[in-house]
Amino acid sequence: MSNVPPVPTLTIGRIREGLRRKEFSAVDVATATLEFAERENPKTNAYLTFSSERALEAANRVDDQIANGEHLGELAGVPLGVKDVIVTKGLRTTCGSHILEHYIPPYDATAVIRLEEEGAIVIGKLNCDEFAMGSSNENSAFGPVRNPAALDRVPGGSSGGSAAAVAQGTCVVSLGSDTGGSIRQPASFCGVVGVTPTYGRVSRYGLAAFASSLDHIGPFGRNVEDAATVLKVMAGRDELDSTSAFATVDDYGPLMKQDIKGLKVGLPKEYFAGLSADTDAIIRAATKKLEDLGCQVNEISLPHTKYAVACYYIICTAEASSNLARYDGVRYTLRSDSDTLSEMYRNTRGAGFGAEVKRRIMLGTYVLSAGYYDAYYLKAQKVRSLIAQDFANAFERVDAIVAPVSPFPAFKIGEKIEDPMSMYLSDIYTITGDLSGVPCMSVPCGQSPDGLPVGLQVFARHFDESTMFRLAWNFEQAMKS
Amino acid sequence: MNFRRKSCPNARALYNQNMSVLAVAEDVLRKYEPVIGLEVHVQLGTKTKIFCGCPVEFGAAPNTNVCPVCLGLPGALPVLSGQAVELAIGAAVALHCRVNPFSRFARKNYFYPDLPKGYQISQYDQPLAEHGYLAIFVDGAKKRIGVTRVHMEDDAGKSIHDGFKDSDRYSYVDLNRSGTPLIEIVSEPDMRNSDDAYAYATAMKQVMQYIGVSECDMEKGQLRCDANVSVRPRGTEKFGTKAEIKNLNSFRFLKMAVDYEIRRQVELIESGGRVEQETRLYNVETGQTVGMRSKEHAHDYRYFPEPDLVPLQVSEHWLHQVKSALPELPQDRRDRFVNEFGLRDYDAEVLTLTRAVGDYFEEAVKASGDGRATANWVVGDLMGLLKAAGKDIADSPVSAANLGELVALINKNELTGKLAKEILPKMFETGDSPRAIMEREGLKQISDTGALEAIIESVLAANPKQVEQYKSGKTAVLGFLVGQVMKASRGQANPGAVNELLRKRLG
Repeated sequence: MSNVPPVPTLTIGRIREGLRRKEFSAVDVATATLEFAERENPKTNAYLTFSSERALEAANRVDDQIANGEHLGELAGVPLGVKDVIVTKGLRTTCGSHILEHYIPPYDATAVIRLEEEGAIVIGKLNCDEFAMGSSNENSAFGPVRNPAALDRVPGGSSGGSAAAVAQGTCVVSLGSDTGGSIRQPASFCGVVGVTPTYGRVSRYGLAAFASSLDHIGPFGRNVEDAATVLKVMAGRDELDSTSAFATVDDYGPLMKQDIKGLKVGLPKEYFAGLSADTDAIIRAATKKLEDLGCQVNEISLPHTKYAVACYYIICTAEASSNLARYDGVRYTLRSDSDTLSEMYRNTRGAGFGAEVKRRIMLGTYVLSAGYYDAYYLKAQKVRSLIAQDFANAFERVDAIVAPVSPFPAFKIGEKIEDPMSMYLSDIYTITGDLSGVPCMSVPCGQSPDGLPVGLQVFARHFDESTMFRLAWNFEQAMKS
Repeated sequence: MNFRRKSCPNARALYNQNMSVLAVAEDVLRKYEPVIGLEVHVQLGTKTKIFCGCPVEFGAAPNTNVCPVCLGLPGALPVLSGQAVELAIGAAVALHCRVNPFSRFARKNYFYPDLPKGYQISQYDQPLAEHGYLAIFVDGAKKRIGVTRVHMEDDAGKSIHDGFKDSDRYSYVDLNRSGTPLIEIVSEPDMRNSDDAYAYATAMKQVMQYIGVSECDMEKGQLRCDANVSVRPRGTEKFGTKAEIKNLNSFRFLKMAVDYEIRRQVELIESGGRVEQETRLYNVETGQTVGMRSKEHAHDYRYFPEPDLVPLQVSEHWLHQVKSALPELPQDRRDRFVNEFGLRDYDAEVLTLTRAVGDYFEEAVKASGDGRATANWVVGDLMGLLKAAGKDIADSPVSAANLGELVALINKNELTGKLAKEILPKMFETGDSPRAIMEREGLKQISDTGALEAIIESVLAANPKQVEQYKSGKTAVLGFLVGQVMKASRGQANPGAVNELLRKRLG
């Protein structure tokens, strides 16, 4: 056990090597990680639940495989944290909500099954905004997560726990979910890699739905390669999710290590309005670095970007109002007993949901109401097509698009929570990725003068994660030197 | 908490209203033309649920045929059953609908404890199929009732309000039925009285059973129907305001409810009132329809496209496959029976009521070579025997081949009709072939001239008076003598041969 390197330095590659050389066992890694995580977690509140028993069982299986000389999975012995909106059999899954505070799912999400089959070790469940609604992780019913880079600041949201845990080193990789930027923005705020794959790339089976047509499961890692490996393992068609794609999954590892000379990269001018000066400077420096690596960087236009926030908050709230109807007090949720049925619904949902969730359910119910549907929902769907068309047009001329992830770095806890409009507007650069369904990610690209991480957002064509990873990996290597 | 619907608050007022409605005079009633449309829900006869692999089974222990999908657990997603789609397409084709190459599921949102997802997955603006019809026969006249659309959806679970210790305070929910595949068939407002409605519902059930889409067992809720009823002054075009009547769980109640509702609306208009658009519930005990939900309180279902399912695409190829696997439709078969075998309309109708009886008849005709005679035997004697024994044609002890042989034996003069009628019950009892029974019991038509002449001689000797009469020109007495010969032969004599021989003998 003493042979295990400091837990925050572990990567998938380092663990693979250590297991192969018998420097340490999978149980050593799991035990060290659990100890470190349980000790460090109070600083960030990233974990809501630890799963020591499940982790040690899985680690023992890996060690048995090693002892028997069996083939090892791609993620053998790799400590994994799972966002608490992704269900895990027998392991409490709260969705960051009081209404599911004691909910123990009877089944595992497809993504979790695939990762565990390849030897991943589930360490625990990670804090998040309630039902993944939020940009700061302050909407969790179980307290905010703190940014490991600056504990008085938010880690971003909604996958704040997933980003913070990887940054803090309490797991090697983690799963998050992204509906409007919930993976990329916290990755940027915490200084880790976060990937939102193409819509349909990863099965949503077992992801508690927020907005089904926008929800993605994606990985976090401390480097591009780790995140890509996790994606590769869990990606691909799943018969249990009708919207999952049949497209073949590339072997990202070798592909990403090809150089990026001559790669055509677009810089959307709409993404540089309203940007903080610090972030602007960091992103410009990053694009300069891409040019140095041989990319042809040109300004492009994604003209419908200005409608994205309005469009997004209509579609996502509409779908959320329907998706959250099942939390009704009848079956597995909290129930506030009452004399009549409608009172039971009101009391249960009144007590169980937080303010932001209620706000979105009300907005969504309104935009779908008779007489308003055409003006809001239908119009928003049309705008969504235009935004997707913007990307399609751009990708006729460029191979990848780079942009900031967020207009500003991590803000202080409490700074924006009373101002939902300002919070919604902070999603402005990430929601277009979800609306269009293209793959996108955040890769660390520098720090603000006060030491806060800033991420570079990379977009690629539908199902062309390989090009996205190639650009990000080459950039990451260049940042090291 | 108990969430049963509140019972009617003012029974006496309703009773009085009912009585006054009954007072509507027939001539007043005739001033109005009722307009009726039906919405029929049919449970598709699949082995598994529409969006998950749970079995569809009636009467299983509560909440045993369930999984994350039909329980509406967080993270569960629907996957459309191919078998359900094929049955739905079959139903649409049988109703002469145009099957849309591209249709879409939508969420119908409302809260109810037995609706685990908080929405029903149905089809809304782009249904599976549209623009069909169903032919009905009322008083011998054929009429086409338009079918507006056929769409697919999932069923809810069941709320159980009674039978538990704490039923006064709590209701229970059984989700076994949740996710059972249904089609909803919406008719055009083409029906004009309760007989039309009854005939439509009956024909619908017949067609759905016939092509194997559903068993349509109403007691198990496999066929349910709602009626939209309005009235308008005869000769006017504009539809009156309609009321939707729910809870019609038998065709008899459908007819009674429609009749009641027509009278209620006429009475209301005649007394200066106005029909309100509303949902009404049929009360089986009072025979009345009772207001349940007015238009102002109608649900706003907030339909929107179901994002968890991809659009349903039905290719030409798939449609063709389903079509060619469908059996001949009952109406086509009825027409063919009339044309091919020269059957009377009534017989053709009876012989196509179910697929089994039609198949039996055709099988029997293969052996008999005589459609009309076979039809008479099936519709008359055989069905009588089956009814008396409480048996279905599928369980008939008389095989179709044996019945056909019986008819053939008559046509070949090997059996008299009278003998055949004696033999059939024996076939029914034993399952034996007619020949086996004839041989066993020595029942055989006697056509042999020598044997017949011997019988004739003894009959003539015993009836000298009649012989005298015949010879003096009263030839009508021949019938009596033939009868005596038949009697003496225990019905086995060939009546044609007896006739001829008698004539010759009496000169």
